[in-house]
Amino acid sequence: MEGDIVQMGAYIGAGLACMGMGGAAVGVGSIVGNYLSGALRNPSAAASQTAMLFIGIAFSEAFGIFSFLVALLLMFAV
Amino acid sequence: MAAEAQSETGLVFHPMEQFTIEPLFGEGPIHWYTLTNQTLWMAIAVLVIFLLLVVGTSRRALVPNRIQSIGELAYGFIYKMVEDVAGKEGVKFFPYIMTLFMFIVVANFLGLIPMSFSTTSHIAVTVVMALLVFVSVTLIGFYKHGIGFLKLFWVSSAPMALRPVLAIIELISYFVRPVSHSIRLAGNVMAGHAVIEVFAAFAAILAIAPLSLLGIIAMFGMDVLVAFVQAYVFTILTCVYLKDALHPAH
Repeated sequence: MEGDIVQMGAYIGAGLACMGMGGAAVGVGSIVGNYLSGALRNPSAAASQTAMLFIGIAFSEAFGIFSFLVALLLMFAV
Repeated sequence: MAAEAQSETGLVFHPMEQFTIEPLFGEGPIHWYTLTNQTLWMAIAVLVIFLLLVVGTSRRALVPNRIQSIGELAYGFIYKMVEDVAGKEGVKFFPYIMTLFMFIVVANFLGLIPMSFSTTSHIAVTVVMALLVFVSVTLIGFYKHGIGFLKLFWVSSAPMALRPVLAIIELISYFVRPVSHSIRLAGNVMAGHAVIEVFAAFAAILAIAPLSLLGIIAMFGMDVLVAFVQAYVFTILTCVYLKDALHPAH
């Protein structure tokens, strides 16, 4: 087996960075779940909060994207 | 590193090569005045916006035809959003926010055309937009309220002992705003396109080619959704920052 250890470190780091996306997925699911449970109790008030729903999804998804970006950078742009 | 990969045999693909900026006319170095593919696609985005909003509504029919009604829908959607979030005083800044939204949404959708170039996937583009938002919102806040703008960081609903700590935390999170604002858009667009290209590379293997095709279709659908949602989120966060500047209260 050959190759340099810097490259191996970069690939292992890329794999480790992907674990961050699990947290983002849990966060997004939690936000949407809370929105759904509120919307099913009070459907008429749900429409006014769709803007906040999308803002919340984008905020929590952003951190998943940050970790995916780190993984991509480590894989292809050492 | 990427050059080493070319000496391997087997599956070799470079999903990040679609994001490289190249000069349009085959020269070497890129100066600030060089026409690149980035310039071309930004010009196409501006042209599309011009055709949609200016030429489409030029007839000013009372009963709109299709293009005029799309332009009016976009205008009304953003106008309502600015009015709802930033209040009556924020409507003065509606042209700036409409420009941001139309540019981001059209640039994102143009990047979805096969063999095109996504301009908003570059940090250089989104950082300029986010920094301009940050600087202009801060200047607006200081212009309107003078030194009272710093009340934004002084949380008056917290006990007195905590307020200095909270002020430092609020200050740090205020300065992190342009960072997250820019990276969110660039990262989402870049990640979507890179994943599509990774799935496309697997289509070279005959055994899993149908699966790879399904993957490409699914990721493309998500990219369409992301293109609109990220433009919407960039714009609505700009409106929220504007509201914070116009009415700094806690």
